[in-house]
Amino acid sequence: MEPLSWGAIAARILLQFLPVWIALAATFGLSWVYRSKLGLYGKLFDNRIGLIGLFLTLFWVYTALAAGLFDWIATHDPLTAVSGMKNKVPGTPLRGAEDGDYPYYLLGGDGLARDVFSRMVAGSWIVVQIAPLATLFAFMAGITLGLPAGYFGGRLDSVLTFAANLILAFPVILLFYLLVTPEIVESGLPAYLSAGLFLLPLVFLGLLINARARTNPRRRWMLLAVVLLPLGWAYLSLISAEGSALDLLPATLDLFDVPGGILVVFVSVIFVNAPTVFRLTRGLTLDLKTRDYVAAAQTRGEGPWYIMLWEILPNARGPLIVDFCLRIGYTTILLGTLGFFGLGLPPDSPDWGTTINAGRKLLSIFPHPAIAPAVALLSLVLGLNLLADGLREESLKD
Amino acid sequence: MILFLLRRLGVMLLTALCLSLIVFALTNLPANLEKIAKFEGNARMSDAQVESWLEKNGYAQPMLVRYGEWLGAWPGWTRTDETGEYGRCVPVGGTIADSPARCGILQGEWGESRVFREDVGPFIATRLALTGKMMFWVMVLMVPMALVIGVLAGMREGSKLDRGLSTLSILTTATPEYVSGVILIAVFASSAFGLKWFKGTATSAMENATFENFFLPVLTIALFGMGYIARMTRASMAEVMTSQYIRTARLKGLPFREIVLKHALRNALIAPFTVIMLQFPWLLNGVVIVETLFNYKGLGWALVQAAGNNDVDLLLGISLVSVVVVLLTQLISDIGYVYLNPRIRIA
Repeated sequence: MEPLSWGAIAARILLQFLPVWIALAATFGLSWVYRSKLGLYGKLFDNRIGLIGLFLTLFWVYTALAAGLFDWIATHDPLTAVSGMKNKVPGTPLRGAEDGDYPYYLLGGDGLARDVFSRMVAGSWIVVQIAPLATLFAFMAGITLGLPAGYFGGRLDSVLTFAANLILAFPVILLFYLLVTPEIVESGLPAYLSAGLFLLPLVFLGLLINARARTNPRRRWMLLAVVLLPLGWAYLSLISAEGSALDLLPATLDLFDVPGGILVVFVSVIFVNAPTVFRLTRGLTLDLKTRDYVAAAQTRGEGPWYIMLWEILPNARGPLIVDFCLRIGYTTILLGTLGFFGLGLPPDSPDWGTTINAGRKLLSIFPHPAIAPAVALLSLVLGLNLLADGLREESLKD
Repeated sequence: MILFLLRRLGVMLLTALCLSLIVFALTNLPANLEKIAKFEGNARMSDAQVESWLEKNGYAQPMLVRYGEWLGAWPGWTRTDETGEYGRCVPVGGTIADSPARCGILQGEWGESRVFREDVGPFIATRLALTGKMMFWVMVLMVPMALVIGVLAGMREGSKLDRGLSTLSILTTATPEYVSGVILIAVFASSAFGLKWFKGTATSAMENATFENFFLPVLTIALFGMGYIARMTRASMAEVMTSQYIRTARLKGLPFREIVLKHALRNALIAPFTVIMLQFPWLLNGVVIVETLFNYKGLGWALVQAAGNNDVDLLLGISLVSVVVVLLTQLISDIGYVYLNPRIRIA
């Protein structure tokens, strides 16, 4: 068979993404119809920059979901090498293709003869699994600590701010190296850190419910039990793994196991992001606690946590949402950095950072294995940044 | 002002101490010490031999004592047996009586790198000079570019020029160094595209930096930092352009050029100044990636080598240096802010 021309490669790639196009069309169609009822999200449709950002972000989210959950889009297995396909240029026909195999390597083969296109698609699933969740946890941790620091001030504030500045003064890469080395994983430090960091969201939700339903004891205990018991179980199964430093649950009760490497990556990313969120929340709280509605709530006799979580936090949501979008992008960059230095993730993992690192060795002769993931990462982060920009503009309008 | 400075310096010292203690603790875990013993002694040592080696070489003391030794606040360990006198501060074949009691950071003894077999102090000094050279050119390229883009975009908010330049700066902030570096090398230095304008490595730039071998790494770092500074400048410029005194100037009939250059610019540049100083920690991060990518043997490259090989003394030295750099730039940005903005006065 002849190698494909660039036009034919582009056409085939577009066709391969068909499920994503359908999902995108459905999302945008429905959102357009109901945009007047969707609040801030609906207003994005008046903003070209934000719309482009939303498109890029959703494109990668749908790609990841289609590839990760249904095994669509990818043309080959991201980990299987096919002999004779090493460093082949984009559009090379697959050697020894059988019936049912996709007959081409659309974006060529990498240094280990694997399909670059499929690895790029599979890499999106890793990013979409880790980045938003890690950012969410970082936000919960940062908010849970930042609200009281800003609201109470005093010594608590000084101690927490000092700790946050301490982490921020650390070179990020050194921190990653320190947390990810096998000796330190062995000592159990990441496990303890994760136990602490993953506890904060539970504390956050507990305080949130408790502050609201405090006056109604029956409702309070019921709500707390309904929310915290399953989450507590999930928390215990998350942090306890066989053979690690924390083995709390017996194996029969352990719901799921997160592979050790992924957990360490998760923890390091949360650990790096949380101080910045803390500083942002603290600053917002310092500003908002002087408002009249806070004084009104204090006069009503509301508790400090009610004021923080139900009066101040909802009013701080605008900057927090914008920062959330930006921070997912930043987390994606951090994940790439980890992969680039070969930290945490397994060496054959198809995530973008690892693939870029593997591809850069032969960059001056065969650039395609490194460029495909580089462009993918760039477009996702760009999408998130544009989305954040659009959200900021629209939220400032009213 | 003096009191403020003193307090900031105190916090800085405390931060540096805490951070070096954390790094010290994390690099001196029992598993790490065992690795050191096997590296220095013999790879096939038994557990008992490892223990006796650690005992003989002062590693068996409590962690805080050894941290004190490293810092130079605590007297170094000594040991006398039939083969001679040994100690942290005793040179091979020397005697305890002739050697200083303390040798640590405070005495200017940074220890020895286990991987490079060199004294850490001069080693870091050479690396720092190389990285400083790179940072200087990054600043020379990045700051004017960012300020021009920011001012041009912010002077007429909402115009086509503003839209274009803002999107450009978002694009550069969304491109981490390992992505832009890879793309730049592929386009400008590889045979695949045929444009072999620059070199893909900067190893030769360490002695003899030329435009050809140094431009790509410098551009890679500058691009990532530029977008953020440009956006800050744009926001600051846009705010100034809506202020009352600019309106007065326009109503007086001054030409737009003069308003921008003479009236708006000075006030609009206060915010970017602090941002530029606060960019330093991020730039340090970028330096590590770019030095690894372009094989330029500066501080970032040394950090990766030290961290990858658990080279304790070198790692501690580098983290101390980078933390001090970060804290100093924060201090300078605070002071500069006060000087530039007369509305802020610190008692």
